[in-house]
Amino acid sequence: MLRFILHKLALIVPTIIGITIASFAFIRLLPGDPILAMAGQHGIKPERYEVLRVQYGFDLPIWEQYFRYVGNILQGDFGVSLSTKRPVLTEFFTLFPATVELALFAMLIAVLLGIPAGIFSAIKRGSWLDQIIMGVALTGYSMPIFWWGLLLIIFFSGYLGWTPVSGRIALQFFFDRVTGFMLIDSLLAGKPDAFVSAIRHLILPSIVLGTIPLAVIARQTRSAMLEVLGEDYVRTAKAKGLSPNRVIGLHAFRNALIPVVTTIGLQIGLLMAGAILTETIFSWPGIGKWMIDSISKRDYVSVQSGLLLIALIVMAVNLIVDVLYAVINPRVRVQ
Amino acid sequence: MTDTPVDRARSSRFAALREFWYYFSVNRGAVLGLFIFVGLILVAVFAPLIAPFPPEQQFREFIRMPPPFAGGTQPQFWLGTDEVGRDILSRLIHGSRYSLFIGFVVVLGAMIVGVVLGLLAGYFRGWVDAAIMRVMDIILAFPSLLLALVLVAILGPGLFNAMIAIALVLQPHFARLVRAAVMSEKSREYVTSAKVAGAGHLRLMFVTILPNCLGPLIVQATLSFSNAILEAAALGFLGMGAQPPTPEWGTMLARAREFITSAWWIVTFPGLAILITVLAINLIGDGLRDALDPKLKRS
Repeated sequence: MLRFILHKLALIVPTIIGITIASFAFIRLLPGDPILAMAGQHGIKPERYEVLRVQYGFDLPIWEQYFRYVGNILQGDFGVSLSTKRPVLTEFFTLFPATVELALFAMLIAVLLGIPAGIFSAIKRGSWLDQIIMGVALTGYSMPIFWWGLLLIIFFSGYLGWTPVSGRIALQFFFDRVTGFMLIDSLLAGKPDAFVSAIRHLILPSIVLGTIPLAVIARQTRSAMLEVLGEDYVRTAKAKGLSPNRVIGLHAFRNALIPVVTTIGLQIGLLMAGAILTETIFSWPGIGKWMIDSISKRDYVSVQSGLLLIALIVMAVNLIVDVLYAVINPRVRVQ
Repeated sequence: MTDTPVDRARSSRFAALREFWYYFSVNRGAVLGLFIFVGLILVAVFAPLIAPFPPEQQFREFIRMPPPFAGGTQPQFWLGTDEVGRDILSRLIHGSRYSLFIGFVVVLGAMIVGVVLGLLAGYFRGWVDAAIMRVMDIILAFPSLLLALVLVAILGPGLFNAMIAIALVLQPHFARLVRAAVMSEKSREYVTSAKVAGAGHLRLMFVTILPNCLGPLIVQATLSFSNAILEAAALGFLGMGAQPPTPEWGTMLARAREFITSAWWIVTFPGLAILITVLAINLIGDGLRDALDPKLKRS
């Protein structure tokens, strides 16, 4: 197992180096001068320009600039945001829990609805219920989620008035941000009404972000179940008179789970992309909205480091998924 | 009469096509998707003839007019008018040109680059393979929409730059697919015999091997087509794609946000157009996979 993990780690090292090169190159590929780009619309005095040029090391040869960049990153220095003048790393990890909370809730919805829907569809293969579920799943898979979010706001917030339009929690609630997760912090502060408010804010964005993963998981579960239901061991289990629930739950589903878990893992990168749109629509103060704001404010230091941090996090999650996959499926470890 | 080799080749190709249609048409959803898609192409081609009004014409006296079935007083605006009094239906009809154009061009670009890179990697292996595939890994490490956004920030907002960015983000999928297919085909006997017969590298890659990887490639192209439309619409929505007043569907939604409480029709119809288009293409994709993937066939 340790060898498997080390092997996987060795494989991603070149990719990580590539990612640092890509994010290093980003600020230098911007049209025009990088310092002028970093200064933003306000412009800059010539004296200050020279100071910054030396400070950021733009007078050095390009490879030396790159090694300085990587050196800084390894020491946890991801630069200072141009718009807020705070360290980018601090900014990032202040907002990160909001995105994680949203993504976890979205995934929870996707898994809790997607897997049963897929199993049900597979058992009732060819029935009108199967066709309806799969039709809905394909519609969800084809959904422009930014529009889906707007529709849900129109209906649930505007027409019915059930849910708030934006943000993470109603403004009247104040409590310490211990973990950064609203649901946990509100409970730690002993404020159940704040907890309810946080849930009400969370529900629509989670549905929107969870829609595509839900569709993918339902489709994948169905096809994995269909494959397994045709296997000999399932027929044997049926033949020896086990109840249908036992056959499906114990014999079929446990084996169908392997490809489904992989699919769930692969949704992480997709969730990050979806978070950009979802957070923008619901003014959710997370990483996705922060990236969009940074791009529109031309805060290129934040964009550069955000890009790098997000890619590293996605890679780390994928690595964890790979390892978990090897734990539940020993065949993977052997190769 | 029908026994010359040319005729035989033609009739076997015809038979293959018939077999393909047989498996494709079993999937009723796929046939429905195909009908919608053909309809969309017709709408796009004949847009100026079908659309009741020019897409940029503003009727300042009928700003945010609801559709007639929702209390609007102007029956000539079937789907109502937008925030500056333009006919929404006419804009949607013209917008179909953008979405389909984006889909075709992006997929073509991504496919050409991806196929060439995948062929090179799978055929030559060694350092060529390692170098190409590492670059693909790096591209895939970034969430696609985020990478497209950053590329547009570098290139500058606009439809053309958005298309370049999306093509770049989508092409690694083609490269990976073709590489895997080439590696499994390369050791087959027909390739060896072609090599013995004196075929050069280029001929082996493009004429001998590539046609046999076509099935999965077509399925991937369909998937990428719908992805391209969705991503272009998302970029337009975020203000980084096609710029107003272009009647691109995503761009139409960008300003519609302000009217979610007051004028639902401005928000609803452009998104519905995107959904129907993408759904039709995905339905076709499902049918193509059933018809072209030999593993799933007859199971």
